[in-house]
Amino acid sequence: MFRLEPRASASLGWQIATPVLAVLATMLVGGILFAAMGFDPLAAIRTIFWDPLFGPASGYSRPQLLVKAGPLILIACGLALGFRAGIWNIGAEGQYIIGAICGAAVALAAYPLDAFWIFPAMILAGAAGGWAWGMIPALLRNWFGASEILVSLMLVYVAQKIAAWMAFGPMKNPEGFNFPGSRNLQQYEAAANPELIAGSGLHWGVVAAGVALALTWFVMSRHILGFQIRTAGAAPRAARFAGVRPERLVALCLGVSGALAGLAGLFEVAGPAGQITESFGSGYGFTAIIVAFLGRLHPLGILLAGLLMALTYIGGELAQMMLNLPAATVQVFQGMLLFFLLGFDILTRYRIRRRA
Amino acid sequence: MMTVLILLMGAATPILFAALGELVVERAGVLNLGVEGMMIGGALAGFAAAHATGSPAVGFAVAALAGAALSMLFAVMTQYLLSNQVATGLALVLFGLGLTAMFGKPYEGVKAPAMMAGPLGLNGMIWLGLALVPAVWWGLTRTRPGLILRAVGENHDAAHALGYPVRRVRILAIAFGGAMAGMGGAYVSIATVLQWTEGMTAGAGWIALAIVVFAQWNPWGVLAGAWLFGGVTVLQLRLQAAGVAVPVQLLSMAPYLATILVLVLISARQKFGRSGGGSAPGSLGRSFHALR
Repeated sequence: MFRLEPRASASLGWQIATPVLAVLATMLVGGILFAAMGFDPLAAIRTIFWDPLFGPASGYSRPQLLVKAGPLILIACGLALGFRAGIWNIGAEGQYIIGAICGAAVALAAYPLDAFWIFPAMILAGAAGGWAWGMIPALLRNWFGASEILVSLMLVYVAQKIAAWMAFGPMKNPEGFNFPGSRNLQQYEAAANPELIAGSGLHWGVVAAGVALALTWFVMSRHILGFQIRTAGAAPRAARFAGVRPERLVALCLGVSGALAGLAGLFEVAGPAGQITESFGSGYGFTAIIVAFLGRLHPLGILLAGLLMALTYIGGELAQMMLNLPAATVQVFQGMLLFFLLGFDILTRYRIRRRA
Repeated sequence: MMTVLILLMGAATPILFAALGELVVERAGVLNLGVEGMMIGGALAGFAAAHATGSPAVGFAVAALAGAALSMLFAVMTQYLLSNQVATGLALVLFGLGLTAMFGKPYEGVKAPAMMAGPLGLNGMIWLGLALVPAVWWGLTRTRPGLILRAVGENHDAAHALGYPVRRVRILAIAFGGAMAGMGGAYVSIATVLQWTEGMTAGAGWIALAIVVFAQWNPWGVLAGAWLFGGVTVLQLRLQAAGVAVPVQLLSMAPYLATILVLVLISARQKFGRSGGGSAPGSLGRSFHALR
């Protein structure tokens, strides 16, 4: 029938085409799924992918695009560095939560002081918290050879428990009528991460995501570090001969991706979320993995993928309201998307030839 | 004392099933990180079937089928489309969690049919799990198919050159792993929690993956790891019930922290060469593509 013939190097054309194909295939299969569940597939697809941008309620939903894409892109930038090098940080969700807790801790300790340094100090604390949480799997891998995949993932559950503990214990709002959850930082001006331009959804986290994209591009394509990362991922042995020290790379990739995830958490807790609650972790850390892959671990791709994923979040909420679609639809879509992407990826590495 | 032991066995059983299945998969040279996704799939499918028929046994059978079906997604992707196993496993987890959250809504707040207690107060699934440990050990080390499976896992090129069907062996192993993960997940919903809640396996699949490393790819080690995990879980629950002056949220971290600790200890032993146990299969996680 058919046989696969390896390509000498990955096809650039297919590298760009496969994410698009994967999105189309997801819409198609998603539509079939909706039809099977008794929904109008065309209406569902339109509600998810079109209406948030151009529909009647788009005035509300368009700013949400940046609000949701900001953290996704920020986290995905860091993950992309590691994934390129074959270092699998899949615990960004935990680093995101710890970053938020550390940042919020600074704000809550300073409350109700009004000083210019509070927000910058929170940013530092958020990045440091995420960095430290990411360094745990890095050091355990470097010192003992423990799998960073499993350790970083276990630490997500630990971080979720810490968030729950904080919400019920040390960080509980003393004026919150005994409800779990911290003070709302949005109502504390010196610590708030407000919308910078009204109606745009732009906040400091989105700015940070833009900076992260630019820096990722610079490091990956213009800096010796990017060369080392790419070599280590493509040919670990060759990288050693080229003077790459794998331990340093592990610490760097996990540390940086942790710090970026921590920043994303901090901007979220000081802005859109407002407070530490038991369920503060909302899955951005996991969705960012899909964003990194869908964006082909390239900054420009990550930007587009981040916006698309943000769109599915908003569209999913809209479809839930308008069509009564289950809330988990988005999760299913995102999982399917990753499957299709990985499946179509074969086209970039192999040619399909008819067997003679 | 006896009740503590029963609780321990119960807490260990989901992990035991999932880890035994994953052990066989990894011995065939495939790293399926999607255990959590297959477990949650089995948890829902098994619960739904048990609820519909009133029979836990039917529930577990359906859970095995559901787990195997989900694992076939992974098999097609990694064996035919040669996708990256780490990323594909991760996709399976996200997909499984999403799919069950979507279809599980009608089952929230529904009760599971009661499981019958078997000999010594242990139910049939606990006994089945215990019996599967020597069975997997015997199958892997004392039978010809087991030998072929291990050959495929250690060096797929050599196994291929000897004429063994690498891909078929791996797909069968993946299906077995999926069925086992499905049953493990169903144990959580049918026998432990007695109802369905979203994401209820709470990382058990990932713990099972760590247990396989801890066991150094040996079924008896999996049993030890599962009991260790069960022990930590029961201890933690007992301390909660006893009202120890430590917040509940911190106590419930114990299984995850214990998993990290165990992983570090065993990795260190392997790294610093004081290990007499097995090491990872030679072809673990690598795609196989026969050019000839």
